[in-house]
Amino acid sequence: MAAIETFALEKTYLVGFWHSKKKLALKPLTLTIEEGEVFGFLGPNGAGKTTTLRLLMRLVFPTGGSARILGRELDDPEMKRQIGFLPEQPYFYDYLTARELLDYYARLSGVAGRDRAKRIEHVLGKVGLSDAAGTQLRKFSKGMLQRVGIAQAIVHDPKLLFLDEPMSGLDPIGRREIRDLIADLNAAGKTIFFSTHILSDAESLCDRVAVLNLGELRGVSAVADIAREVSGSVEVMWSGASAIPAISALGGQCHATADIVRAVIAERQLDAAIDALRLARARLIQVVPIRATLEDYFLAKLAAKPEPANVRAPGPEVRA
Amino acid sequence: MRRILIVATNTFREAVRDRVLYNLVVFAVLMIAASLLVGRASVGVERLALVNLGLTSISLFGILISIFLGIGLVYKEIDKRTLYTVLAARPVRRWEFIAGKWAGLVMTLVVNAAMMSVALFAGILYVSGKLTSADWGVVAAIYLILLQYVLMTSLALLFSTFSTPLMSAIFAFALFVIGSYAEDLRRFANMASGFTRVVAYGMSYAVPNFAALNMILPAAHSAPISGRLVLLDSIYVLVYAGVCMSASVLLFERRNLK
Repeated sequence: MAAIETFALEKTYLVGFWHSKKKLALKPLTLTIEEGEVFGFLGPNGAGKTTTLRLLMRLVFPTGGSARILGRELDDPEMKRQIGFLPEQPYFYDYLTARELLDYYARLSGVAGRDRAKRIEHVLGKVGLSDAAGTQLRKFSKGMLQRVGIAQAIVHDPKLLFLDEPMSGLDPIGRREIRDLIADLNAAGKTIFFSTHILSDAESLCDRVAVLNLGELRGVSAVADIAREVSGSVEVMWSGASAIPAISALGGQCHATADIVRAVIAERQLDAAIDALRLARARLIQVVPIRATLEDYFLAKLAAKPEPANVRAPGPEVRA
Repeated sequence: MRRILIVATNTFREAVRDRVLYNLVVFAVLMIAASLLVGRASVGVERLALVNLGLTSISLFGILISIFLGIGLVYKEIDKRTLYTVLAARPVRRWEFIAGKWAGLVMTLVVNAAMMSVALFAGILYVSGKLTSADWGVVAAIYLILLQYVLMTSLALLFSTFSTPLMSAIFAFALFVIGSYAEDLRRFANMASGFTRVVAYGMSYAVPNFAALNMILPAAHSAPISGRLVLLDSIYVLVYAGVCMSASVLLFERRNLK
């Protein structure tokens, strides 16, 4: 079953003093995310990522299209029990302690009394806040608040998690811990939909990514497919500076460190480059095809035309 | 119902931790000072002066709290974005959230009023030496003050769903002042004619009638407060607050929480 489905989901705000000007926040978005996926929502500021999340969370209402989560309508309380949400730069009731806050959210989510205390301690441990559990949130740092945000999103053990910039405000160690936590949650069968600016996090965590720009879907791809794509260039490394003029003549930019030289050339020039190295009696060390990175894909899609509508996850089409 | 109670309890806890109940200390000092002083200043009318001062203070303290907390009830949650994590991924409906916030503030005001009432009755006992059946009038007046709180909280909450705290405070306070003179407005309408009469009548019925809920003077003079008045006032507040709450829910249900 699809975890999230959007059908031409669209949002236009009316702005200005008389609400007479239209501002498009999200162009019709059709997207399907399957259960068990880690799906990254990438895009620069103002791309429409947060708007999409707020539409799915029903904090704002669409001006067109529709969406379903776990096969249910967006206002279905039963569905809401099964999802967790971390907003961007989360704010919480700062007069509560971390434990009290989680207790409040767990109660609202209907976590039964006898399991609640156990579950709260477990979650506090998972996000590394066991020692600060009795401290009021007004004394928390930004990174600690982000951890509380993740804790509240998982306190009721949801099936599907929506995380808006989950690594924001965290130091490198914190980022690593949260990355590991997301990977653990996915390994435990949770579906994770998260927006991020940090491409390395998306690259290491996501099964698939979507690129959004100016409120428009620019592309969806499996991360594994992006990595499989070669860019048409190879990196050649050899020993012997005498070959530099010949390789430069083939269009390669040579960088020498002591006796070791490396150059990136077009793949079609590879045979000629190897011949040139032989002629110059240079010792070939390695030839490595340059693979596309998520960054290449991201930048290419930002500049590209929008993806056609109705992008589906790979695999058989199953409809309820 | 359970979720409304959870939101209400949290709202109450917020008020307590924000030291809202500190006003009780001021009230206690006021009551002790009044009890000691009225006997010397006004022989024979100690009870009257004490009840008058006590009930007026209970009314004003509560009204001020209901305005200043009420106007931020929803606005603050939107402004600080604390309600995102409550409404987005919890089985909490928007109307339940509104009802919970309202109930939490009313709960705070009732606890506040109960404590102040205990202090007032201790003062009455001190100056009169005993409690009499006439003091039931004080209980009735306190109940009507509670109805004032309910009315003001509903109004402040309504403003809080669409306006800034400053504007909401001005609206709410203006309505309290006008509503406290609703009976005078009606008398003025009776004397006026033509268009002025229509407008004055319309306004006198549209504004919340806080005057009808003010039985401080009869209670201070040990005059009886009729059960019928209490009943009609209760129905009036139920309907008026119900309309305000329905309007709050209607506005909040449609609002984009950007």
